[in-house]
Amino acid sequence: MGQKVLMKGNEAIGEAAIRANCKAFFGYPITPQTEVAAYMAKKMPKIGGTFIQAESEVSAINMVYGAAGTGVRCMTSSSSPGISLKAEGISYIAGAELPCVIVNIVRGGPGLGSIQPAQSDYFQATKGGAHGDFNMPVFAPASIQEMVDLIQEAFDVADMYTTPCMVMGDGMIGQMMEPVEFKERVARELPEKTWASNGLGDRKEHNVINSLYLQPEDLEQHNIHLQEKYAVIKKNEVKYELFNCESECDLILVAYGTTSRICKNTIKMAEAEGIKLGLVRPITLWPFPVEAFEKTVDMTKNGYVSVEMSCGQMVEDVRLAVNGRKPVDFYGRSGGMVPDPTDILNAVKAIVGGVK
Amino acid sequence: MAMVYENTKSLLDVPTHYCPGCTHGTIHKLVGEVMDELGILDKTIGVAPVGCSVLAYNYFACDMFQAAHGRAPAVGTGIKRTNPDKVVFTYQGDGDLAAIGTAEIVHAAARGENITSIFVNNCIYGMTGGQMAPTTLPGQITETSPYGRNVKTEGHPIRVSEMISTLDGACYVERVSVDTVPNILKAKKAIKKAFQNQLDGKGFSMIEVLSICPTNWGLTPSESMQWLKDKMIPYYPLGIKKDSTGEVK
Amino acid sequence: MQKVTFREERCKGCGHCIAVCPKKIISFADKLNVKGYHPATVTDEKMDQCVSCASCARICPDCVITVQK
Repeated sequence: MGQKVLMKGNEAIGEAAIRANCKAFFGYPITPQTEVAAYMAKKMPKIGGTFIQAESEVSAINMVYGAAGTGVRCMTSSSSPGISLKAEGISYIAGAELPCVIVNIVRGGPGLGSIQPAQSDYFQATKGGAHGDFNMPVFAPASIQEMVDLIQEAFDVADMYTTPCMVMGDGMIGQMMEPVEFKERVARELPEKTWASNGLGDRKEHNVINSLYLQPEDLEQHNIHLQEKYAVIKKNEVKYELFNCESECDLILVAYGTTSRICKNTIKMAEAEGIKLGLVRPITLWPFPVEAFEKTVDMTKNGYVSVEMSCGQMVEDVRLAVNGRKPVDFYGRSGGMVPDPTDILNAVKAIVGGVK
Repeated sequence: MAMVYENTKSLLDVPTHYCPGCTHGTIHKLVGEVMDELGILDKTIGVAPVGCSVLAYNYFACDMFQAAHGRAPAVGTGIKRTNPDKVVFTYQGDGDLAAIGTAEIVHAAARGENITSIFVNNCIYGMTGGQMAPTTLPGQITETSPYGRNVKTEGHPIRVSEMISTLDGACYVERVSVDTVPNILKAKKAIKKAFQNQLDGKGFSMIEVLSICPTNWGLTPSESMQWLKDKMIPYYPLGIKKDSTGEVK
Repeated sequence: MQKVTFREERCKGCGHCIAVCPKKIISFADKLNVKGYHPATVTDEKMDQCVSCASCARICPDCVITVQK
């Protein structure tokens, strides 16, 4: 379209989904993402789509299971405690191999926590998110434009691999306003949904949406099949950004989402003091961009620092990717506190020493 | 020779895993016969629960879903709202619908979702080996009420049909039984009405079917039918609890 | 003339059909079917008494019985 519009993050989520042909939204109010539901409540009836404010996040994810199982593009959104409620439903969706998009606007935890931004759901999102051997692609936008692009990408990836996909923002991205452009997208070639349980019609064999395999031999085969699918996703769908890493760095920061923007400020501040910092910014948290570390491990004098709004979750995946070749440290704030670029710089200096 | 009774085309011709005498089979047949008579097999989507009838997706010939425990009405809502031209039914037991799934059935009914809900009540949790259900009768011995259900500590059973009938969104609620052939015929009529209501766009219908569980009741199939008649029907009276299908909306 | 036919391999020996038959002509056969149950049956001698009411077929949970007139 080429036209820029000033939008609030949560509303942009709704608009992006609609542009991606999302036909149904099932949600429940929870701060800081309620505006997604409110936006969909207004817009869905106008485009002949379905909006339901369900009685709980549990019910909402099960409505997604139903709609997705008939081959319809659908979405739900929530925040941390609500995502925990959805866990069983997400496992069912992954086990039954259904496409859908789940948005998590992360808030402080654990428990009821706070309504301020956080990144403490990383483990939950990237280690499957619920019981059983499964994973789902997790996209972490760092701006509202990127949120819009990734929501649309998530619907395509979901359909391509018949998998739930999560788009994970934080309270800051949900609430802030930035200019957004809804571009024409090149459509992926997506497989037909011949598996959909949407009425026999002319079919001779009925379709069944199911994740139960009582015979262990059958369930093992199913799990092997899921793992093969995840291997393809790992090969094809990794996204990351390398910032300021073209030549050797004193240290490389690792951050995603809102924190990555703060880190870019830190990098500018560090430059003024003669410290060269780079940034690895994962855009897919799962599959984790191991390749980004292969490319940069020899470019950093003092290793990496994972900067997160948590007590240290992504740092474990950084350590795994770096595999002992360089030091990996952590700096973070928790409970809904947002890191200050100066504090990050001080943490960096504690590792690399002062001004050069 | 004329055919008086043959098996419904809407059930796949496969043996079931249900115990000898379990009335799930009978109830499945009624739903199947109704699908035949209304000619809706090719556009019906059924939602199976967690419970003995989890494998219903292997028995019904229509497209099926297996839903998480208690969530069938939410799954059915997602299916029906995005496919309003299809016929959607949910099939649940008493643990699925009256314990973990109470929110989902109440809110699907309250929203007036245009689906058909079949609720199989046998006063016990069958699949997991005979534990107390929300519908277990006072004094009834189960694996988790080994001294008999004590209403002081275990509470009173829930009459789901009466509860759901208080909701304006529910257009038709009836409790039936399959203990005798006359009752089976009445149950079929009720189930057919519940599907017809959906075809007519009238809103949410629920048919509660009193059913037996010989294995976990510790009775023979025939003794179980007698227990249903003597003990269940007095506590869960048969009949129409709500019928607003005649009203003009 | 077989008014009522039993698919014996499907019968689980539950006895509901026996209980509801108004003519009391259904019984368990002596033999065992592949599942190890005594399947329900109507002997040739008793077949003439069948009135094709289909009570047995209606209550059978296992789709064992077909009824003709």
